[in-house]
Amino acid sequence: MADPPRTPLSVREQPPGKGAPAPALPARRQDDLRRYLPGVEPERQLTDWGRSERVESLLDRTLVEFYYRYWFRAEVEGIENVPAGGGALLVSNHSGALPPDAVMIGKALREEHPHPRPLNITVEHFFKGYPGFSMLIPKIGCVAAHPANVHRLLYDEQQLVLVFPEGRKGSEKLYKDRYQLRRFGRGGFVEAAMRAQVPIVPVCVVGAEEAQPVFAQLKLLKKLTGLLYVPLTPTFPHLGPLGMLGYLPAKFKLRFLEPIHFDDEGMHEDKGLVQTTAHEVRARIQDGLFDMVSKRGSVWFG
Amino acid sequence: MPSQRILITGLSTYWGGRLAQALEADPSIDAIIGVDNEEPSVELERTEYVKVGTQHALLRRVVDAAEIDTVVDTRLVVDSATTSSRKAHENNVIGTMNILAACSGADSTVRKVVFKSSSYFYGSGQDDPAFFDESMGRPHPPRTPIERDILEAEASVAEFADTSPSVNVTVLRFANVLGPRVRTSHIELFSLPAVPMILGFDPRYQFVHEDDVVHALEHATQRQLPGVYNVAADGVLALTEVAGLLGKPYAPILPPWGTGIAAGVMRRIGLNFPSEMLAQLRFGRGLDNRRYKAAGFEYGYTSREAVLALAEHLRLHPLLRSSAEPYRYEREVEEFLRWSPNVRNGTRRPAPVSRQVRGAGLTAGPPVDHYDDLRPDEIISLTSSLEPEALRALREYENGHHGRAAVIEAIDSALARSQASGGAPGA
Repeated sequence: MADPPRTPLSVREQPPGKGAPAPALPARRQDDLRRYLPGVEPERQLTDWGRSERVESLLDRTLVEFYYRYWFRAEVEGIENVPAGGGALLVSNHSGALPPDAVMIGKALREEHPHPRPLNITVEHFFKGYPGFSMLIPKIGCVAAHPANVHRLLYDEQQLVLVFPEGRKGSEKLYKDRYQLRRFGRGGFVEAAMRAQVPIVPVCVVGAEEAQPVFAQLKLLKKLTGLLYVPLTPTFPHLGPLGMLGYLPAKFKLRFLEPIHFDDEGMHEDKGLVQTTAHEVRARIQDGLFDMVSKRGSVWFG
Repeated sequence: MPSQRILITGLSTYWGGRLAQALEADPSIDAIIGVDNEEPSVELERTEYVKVGTQHALLRRVVDAAEIDTVVDTRLVVDSATTSSRKAHENNVIGTMNILAACSGADSTVRKVVFKSSSYFYGSGQDDPAFFDESMGRPHPPRTPIERDILEAEASVAEFADTSPSVNVTVLRFANVLGPRVRTSHIELFSLPAVPMILGFDPRYQFVHEDDVVHALEHATQRQLPGVYNVAADGVLALTEVAGLLGKPYAPILPPWGTGIAAGVMRRIGLNFPSEMLAQLRFGRGLDNRRYKAAGFEYGYTSREAVLALAEHLRLHPLLRSSAEPYRYEREVEEFLRWSPNVRNGTRRPAPVSRQVRGAGLTAGPPVDHYDDLRPDEIISLTSSLEPEALRALREYENGHHGRAAVIEAIDSALARSQASGGAPGA
């Protein structure tokens, strides 16, 4: 789902430099502008990002609650690794055709964490352009994976952000490749965390691969619908669109790993360090996954 | 250096007129001169109107003769429904170029240029950031004529800023404006019985109230604020939320595919969707407004409050149709009022008092600028134009400081009137 944060906006379309002030801007806005963030209007039901507490809590009490508690019987360890305050970037593996992992991580934070906080899930820009998704996706706390969005959430608003550096490569991979991490984008997520000086919390999710195994990708249907991909799963597409919610009752295990801190300023400018850290995060998640899978007795009962 | 001698280009546009009225209340400004092709559409006290288009040679002579130090450009057309795209291009691109040409040159007296731009500069796209800040460009090249014009106009302003380092150039990019008096295509859509949408999309919208637009222009005129600033009220609303605040249902009448064609058909039956609006109805836009706030600007309205103010107006609008006659510029009358030795200051109409009311802590100063200098009859004539909140503040102040029975009585009756009409302003 989550695309690696893209390279900065093209500057080609900009009119030739707006005098001196514009270039000087990024450095200054770092500390000065946080106190000018808009206040919360209690009468509103949506946040400025378009998140709707009403829609979210309705889903949370019904569908998500059912899947989390009774269907997947999620088991969580290391929740204390998610900081109780300040921004933090959660990085997870990504799997399942309609990936249930993001929602389960959000639910785990609400259920298990001593200071539950909303989780912002980064998704591809694609969803903003697809009718229907465009309406629903922001309401449940999804944000387009734009570096400026991630930075504002992490640094200015000090929130929790979840990214999937594998992006769609993770969720469209076939069942035979389960638990093998794809490439971790271009390390944009590390850059975002370093720039905002917030910790990265790696997360391993086991169970999503078996909950909705992908047997094949249907190229023709993908073309016809204009979707990112159309997978063949046990229930989709032959049971219709609702078949996308047809998960098998695999046992879910979530493990939050030790956070990695970036406290020095300007670390994100060192591209070498960014790449090394991205590999390190990937290796930790991969090790965690293999460890969890090797200790698992049964796919269905854990 | 505060501005003393100001030239407003586009005096006859809504914004030019409003800005001139606001600046007139500032006694530190020596001269306000407005130029436009057409005659002013609002009543002005001491602003001088010169009928000049955007011919740079003529403008140059006006600028030099009046020793203008500040030029405020309010002309930009940001709504393609108001004029043909050819005229808009002439006005936005060629006009801006000419005005800047009139301000440039080593011997020019101009020290400050304030340019009113629009957030259409950023466009609306699928891969936009949720909040544009001033340092970001457009992710994709513009597809509509108006947006191309705005980019070109801003490019020439930027070039002017580069080549004239001694001139303080401020560019203000305004979000979509709402308010009871201004007319825009968006307000027209919001006036319909249901808010039209594109099926399956709920774009994020940020607004700015018309009074905040005028104050923002005034703010830039009074200060040295070089650079670009977004002007958009706090709060980004989803379009469904806007419909809710207006108390209207929303109608997804535009299809997600073939939207442009459908909009063309709608245009035939009188529903005007300007082409630059379609992208916004699909993807929306949010602006990072913190930089202008950091420059000391305070908004009077949030986006939500701006929508509510519009909603109040829309409910009241059918009752107000036959009210005051529109103002007509009569050259002879205006010249008589300004220059005739027979006009005495006392007989002139009350000074256009700034209607900005200072918050709740009113005990410190008068709630209206220069209040203590006004005579009772001037205050009484003013009460009809104030909002209930301001009236209450005014009453409190009058009670505490002057205690004139006639004034208090007038305020009370104005308050009663405004309550009778549902608390709407300007009733």
